[in-house]
Formats: sequence, C-alpha cells, structure tokens
Amino acid sequence: MVQFTLRRLGAGVVLLFAITTIAYLLLYLSGGDIARQILGQTATEETVAKKAEELGLNEPLVPRYIDWLGNALHGDFGRSWFSSQPVAETITSRLAVTLTLVVGTVLISALVSIALGVWAARKRGWVDRLIQVLSILGFAIPSFLIAILLVNVFALNLGWFQPTGYTRWSASPAGWLESVTLPIIALSIGAVAAVAQQVRGSVIDAQRQDWVRTLRSRGVRENKVIYKHVLRNAGGPALAVLALQFVGLLGGTLIVEQIFAIPGIGPLTIQSTTQGDIPIVMGVVVATGVVVVVVNLVFDLLQGFLNPKVRLS
Amino acid sequence: MSQSADVTLEVAENVGRRSHLARRMLKNPTGLFAIIVIALLILMAALAPLLTSQDPDYADIRNILASPSAEHLLGTDSAGRDVWARLVFATRYSLLGAALATFLAAAIGVTSGLIAGYYGRWFESVSAWLTSLVMALPGLVVLLAARAVIGPTLWGAMAIFGVLLAPAFYRLTHAAVMGVRNELYVDAARVAGVKDPSIIGRHILTVVRAPVIIQAAIVTLIAIAIQAGLGFIGMSDPTIPTWGGMLNDAFTKMYQQPLLLVWPASIIALASVAFALFANALRDELERSAKPKKVKGKAKAAVNAEGAAAEVHAETEAAPRDLLLEVDGLVVGYDQPDGSLTQVVNGVSLTVRKGEVHGLIGESGSGKTQTAFSILGLLPEGGRVAAGSIVFDGVELTGKSAKQMRRIQGKRISYVPQEPMSNLDPSFTIGSQLVEPMRETLGISGKEAKARALDLLAKVGLPDPEKTFRSYPHQVSGGQAQRVLIAGAISCEPDLIIADEPTTALDVTVQADILDLLRGLQQELGVAVLLVTHNFGVVADLCDRVSVMQKGRIVETGPARSIFAGPRHAYTQSLFDAILEDGAARGALSHSSDRHVNAGGAK
Repeated sequence: MVQFTLRRLGAGVVLLFAITTIAYLLLYLSGGDIARQILGQTATEETVAKKAEELGLNEPLVPRYIDWLGNALHGDFGRSWFSSQPVAETITSRLAVTLTLVVGTVLISALVSIALGVWAARKRGWVDRLIQVLSILGFAIPSFLIAILLVNVFALNLGWFQPTGYTRWSASPAGWLESVTLPIIALSIGAVAAVAQQVRGSVIDAQRQDWVRTLRSRGVRENKVIYKHVLRNAGGPALAVLALQFVGLLGGTLIVEQIFAIPGIGPLTIQSTTQGDIPIVMGVVVATGVVVVVVNLVFDLLQGFLNPKVRLS
Repeated sequence: MSQSADVTLEVAENVGRRSHLARRMLKNPTGLFAIIVIALLILMAALAPLLTSQDPDYADIRNILASPSAEHLLGTDSAGRDVWARLVFATRYSLLGAALATFLAAAIGVTSGLIAGYYGRWFESVSAWLTSLVMALPGLVVLLAARAVIGPTLWGAMAIFGVLLAPAFYRLTHAAVMGVRNELYVDAARVAGVKDPSIIGRHILTVVRAPVIIQAAIVTLIAIAIQAGLGFIGMSDPTIPTWGGMLNDAFTKMYQQPLLLVWPASIIALASVAFALFANALRDELERSAKPKKVKGKAKAAVNAEGAAAEVHAETEAAPRDLLLEVDGLVVGYDQPDGSLTQVVNGVSLTVRKGEVHGLIGESGSGKTQTAFSILGLLPEGGRVAAGSIVFDGVELTGKSAKQMRRIQGKRISYVPQEPMSNLDPSFTIGSQLVEPMRETLGISGKEAKARALDLLAKVGLPDPEKTFRSYPHQVSGGQAQRVLIAGAISCEPDLIIADEPTTALDVTVQADILDLLRGLQQELGVAVLLVTHNFGVVADLCDRVSVMQKGRIVETGPARSIFAGPRHAYTQSLFDAILEDGAARGALSHSSDRHVNAGGAK
C-alpha cells in the first residue's frame, strides 16, 4: 500500500512538472507587450522598457523558466504583475473558497447519487425510467445554465437566497450556508446525473452476482445485502466516475463563481488570463494541478479501501 | 470529461445489421425527436441569411432592449441589435465551433487509438501517458490559459478543446481494437495475407463506428456547453455572435429585460439535450435493450404442467423416515415481454426425507438448478413459481415474501453453490462472511460467532483456520473456497442443505475430497441434502435416493440402489451409458436417444 501510494505520488509529480513546463512555454510564446499593458498608454517608451527589464521579460526562456521553477519549489511564485500581490497568498485564500464549493459538491453528489442510483436499481419500473430521463437532462444541461435559472427563481423571484456574494464561515455559518447553497446545487446536478447512472448500472450488475444469492441463502437481511455488500462492490466504478467529475467540476466552478460573484479562483483566473498576468496564470495552473493530483490520489486510496484486490496487490 | 467512453464501449461488441440501425433510430421516439431537433438546428445555421433580413451586427443605439415587435421578432439586445438575427447567426457559429472540436477530437483520437491498439509498442505507452495527462487537466482552465496566448478566437479555442477531448475517442477506439485484434477472424484475415490497412478498414472500423458516433454526440454536447460557458464569462470572440456571447449580454441586463436570457438559454439547453438524447437512443438501439413492456393487469399465462408420469421405484426401506420436503407439481417460469411464460420447470414432484441424501440428476438445462432455487426462494430476476407447492417441514413455502423466507434461509434450508470463487463477496474477508449470517440468524455475539467460525473452518478441513478467517476470497484456492462455503452452509445448523453441483467447478483431485467432506458432515450432523448434479458417479457415491430430471420434468425416481440396478426410463439409461463411455464427462448428454443407440457400436 505504501509503495502504491508512493508510485502514485511520483506519477503526480511528473504530471505536475509536465503541465507547468508546457504552460510556461506557451505563455512565454504569447509574449505581447505586457509592460505597456501594465503601465497604460500614457507611459513613456523608457519606463516601459525599464518595466520590461524589471519583470525579466527580456531574458531567454530557459533561464527564466529555471528561475521560476527554482522559486516555485520553495513556494515562491512571484508577484502579480498588475496588483503586485504575492501569487501564493492570493491563490491560497481563493483556492480555499473554490475547494469548499467543489468538495461540498462532491460530497452531496455522492450521497444523492447513491440514493437515486440504488433506488432506481432496486425499484426499476417507472422510478428507474424517471431517474434515467432526469439523468440525461442533468448531464446535458450545462451547470451555469442551471445556476442562472436558480438565481432567477430562488434569489430574484422568491427571494430565498442572496443572488450574489459570499459570506465566510468564520463570519457567519448561517450566512455561509446561504451563500453556497445555490452554487452547490447548480454544480451538483451534472455530477449527480453522471454518478447516479453509474451507481444504478453497477448496483444492477452487482445484484446479479452469485455471491448475492449465497448471502441471501444464509439469511442475511436484504438491507445488509444491498447497503453493505452490493453497494461496496458497486462503489469502485461509481468512484471512478466521481473522480472524473471532480476534474470537470474545477472548470464548472469557474463560471458558477462568476455568476454568484464568489471570490474563488474563478474570477481570478478569468481576470488574470484576460490581462496576461502570467505569474497568476502559472499559479492557477500549478494550484489546479496539485489539487487534481491530490484528489486522484485520494480517490485511488478510496478504491484500495473498497477493493481488497487493489489494496493487497 | 469522458466517463462515457467506457459505457459506450460495452456496445462495441454487438454492432452489425447496420443498415437497420438508421431506420430503428427513426422509429425510436427519443431518437426521432433528437434527430429532428438537430436537423432543425443545422438548417437554421445553414439558412441563416434567409431566415432574417436584419444584420446581426447592426447596433441601433436608440432602440436598445426593445420588446419583440414585427420588425424585431425577439426584440433587441443591450446594443440595439436584433436578437433573432443574432440567434440565427449564433447558431451557425456555435454549431460550427462545436463541430470543429468534435471533428478534431475524433480524428486525433480514432487515428491514434487505431495505431496504438493495432501496433502497440512504444506508441501505445506514449499515448497512454499523454491521455492521462490530458484527462487530468480541467478543460476550462486550459482554455482560459490558452486564451492568454492566442487571444479570443472561437476557432482556436475549439481546436484546442478538440485536442483535449481526443482521449475520449482514443480510449474507446483503443479498447475496441484490443478486443478485436486477436479475434479469430482477424487472425484469419492476417494469415490469408490481407494487408493491415484493409484489415483495419474492414474489421476494426466497423466495430468502432457506432460507439464513435455515440461519443461524437456526447463530445459535441460538451463542446457546446464549454463554448457557451466561455462566451458567457465574456471570453469568446466579441466580433461574432455566439450563444454564449448572447447569454453574457443578457445576463448583465437580467433586471431590465429578463426575456433576453430565455432565447440563448433555451437554445443551448435544447441543443445539449438533443445531442444527449441522440447518444442515448443510439446506444439503446445498439444494445437492443427495448425494455420488455409489462403486460397490464394480472392476466397470467396459462401454465402447462402435463406430461408423462415419472417411473417410480418402490421404496426399499421397511420404515421410511419422516418427510422433510415435499415438492408437488412445481412449475417455474420466466415472464416474457409479450405476456407469455417461458417454463423451465414443468411440474416437478419430489420428496426429501429427514437425514437422507437425495440426488437430483439431469443434464444442463433440465431445470434442476431452477428447482433448487425455487425451494430456496431465490429464483433469478424475472423468474417465479407459477404453479405447484413446496412444503417444507409442514410449512408451505410458495407465496412467502422474501422477508418471510429470510427466516428459513440459512437456519432451516441452506445452500452450497456450484462455483466457489464467484460465491464469496470479494470485498469482505472470509471470516466476516461467516460471522455475519450467524450473528443474524442465531443471534449470537460477534465473539461467539468468531469462535464458531474458526471451529467450522477446522471442521471442513482447512489447515489454518485463523489464516483463512482473515483471508479475502481471492487469496484462497477454489477447493478451499468450496470448503468455506460448506462451512457457511452448515454454520446455522440447517435441516436441509441444497448443494448445487458442489464439485463441478473444481479440479478432479479436489472433487473427491469435497465429496468425502460432504458425506462425513452429512453423517455427523444427520442433515438432509438435496444434491443437484449431472454426474451419476457422484450420485452413486453419496445418494440414498435419486430423481432423474429431463426437460423440466422428473422422469424416474426412487431408491438409488434400485435405479442403478434397473433403470426404466430411456433417458436414465442414456445417462448411465454416458458415465460408462467417457467417465462422467459433462455435456455429452444431449440428444440422449441417439446417444443410446450409438453407444454400443461406437466402442
């Protein structure tokens, strides 16, 4: 198990290195007259040239990248070219907000899709068909459309929620709950659709396994057969789909955060890419990369927990 | 991004009869609806200039946010541009963009999938690595980062997205090719000297074609969504109308003119749903999973339980033991979509006395296992006891609910399955699977149950009970697993054990050991056993009485000695011949009468 974890971590580090290298290379090629953009149209040629020198824009790619990488390994990702704020600081505070949304969404999606998937698999009939149709709709309709709909109905018309803004947990737990409810619902629907389908399919498959009959023949209660044995065996494929959903959710939150004006990495990413604020863009790339690697590792470990063959080999 | 790849693959196998597929899609209501919507959208995109006389880019500053009128069908937006004209042209650009992404993804994915799957080697490992790299990236973040490089271009963004989505096609194609590569007909083609490209074209592309179309529909919908998302956050090309761009404009004017949101939102939703339904309907048609329609009402199909009476041998014992199980006129059937009943057991009657071993013998498909499952109350999905009665120790079992049966299962009637490895839950230790039923049915503590489980494991002849107790099913051999299952079957002290071909799946050397174990335990515990088998050797070894089953009926029944001494039915006779001829092999028993005639001369 330790070896398995280390191997996965190693692969993750290689992945991170590859992503950052490619991103840096591409961003370098984008060039553009960043110094002019930062200083505005009124600045003189001289100050622009000085600024470019200061930012190291005139240096060739390789030393610049090695420099960046060396600093990054020490946790120093430089400062934003526009706000001069340290990148690491800016991103960590915002990443926490985004991760709250994403993790909340994953947990809620997991619970709801297990409930729906098992229900559909056991009841079949109209329940199954209804859940299937809803899954297709939920899978097809983009999360931001659902978010727009939710804002219109529940915030603007019914007035149950604040349409926009974010309240920190430390400031007011109730306010925090109010501010994350609609975003999490909007993000969850697509994930639930995908995962519930998988849970349904795997539960139906698992129910047909011989050992289910044998367990029943031993007098084990139906609820135990389903929720302890069948669900655990059906959990692996569902978890794999959930892991893929997580990566998709990182993208989905960017837009949803924009709609609800939530200070996560979404608005930051959008702003920094339009401005060409390369240190921030690189920071975002690294941050999402790390999150993806860590989350995949967590999901792998969960797979190992569910499946002894993975754990013991 | 591509969780659907695996799902889609499942249907890769049953392609074929392609010409009918398009027709079937048109007959499928969902498929037809999806095709109509997609066709309308494409028409709208193609005929855009004919559908509106307004210039989508002409901004009339004096007439902003106008309500729908004759001149402006859907009103005007925040810059005074005609919404209908923009919607029509946006459809053109948005669909073209999505098509570009899908085409690129399919071209890259399918080509590399074919190469990697067919030739393998280094190309395969490189592609696998790149695939996992790309799949780990959140698409939107990459697109935003790319925008910093290439600027706000729709085509550039969709091209990059196409590359990002290629793994969905790659995995699909690769897996399909791997599946086909070593099929006999591909080998045959290769041996016959057919060149690789034509093998790929003829045998491999036909297999992946349908799944690729399904995947393309899904990828298109993802591309539409991401493109609209980019547009919505103001990241798309401002010079051309797109669905996302319209949404962006409408969102900022949500308070003044909420109607503006409706048009782009509806068309995005409609397009996405149409592509999703298309994929779904196509997959359904490929799987031919036209769900069996339940027949309304309870008009049960007629049950046919007639047939020739069984040959009954007289009892030889002076004082037969008490009856434990009495099956009478049992009919088991599976309900069909058209309301008829496919019978697999056609009126079986048999009795098992306390403490006896009763052999139920017959070839595969004779209905003996179905009979066994009905007694256990564990028929597979769709099966039911259509007629007859099963009386166990004076209690009628047919018509009992699953919950009521649970009180009898394990404690009174238990089960030893055929295939040991597939009958243990792979996710739990052997110990926990022994302890759990004992705690439930006997109501003993976990500690007690564990002690009992260890005793049982020792009793069934496992050398290291502690170790087996801690092991997972995949860590023990088939013979050991069968011992564990026998331990489980006797763990709650049942009166009747139903053993369904308990040795068939085991090595010949292990078979004898398991039979010895069963015999020993049976004698020690005095439990009755209904032994389902196709093997007369096993019957001769263990059974007091025998029932011979053919085509869902008992054809001969009586004391084992008596039947061995003088089989009366031709089928029983042929079973004997089979055992004499090829040493109790399985599968040689069909066409019993021909066999019977040939058996002598063939020697």
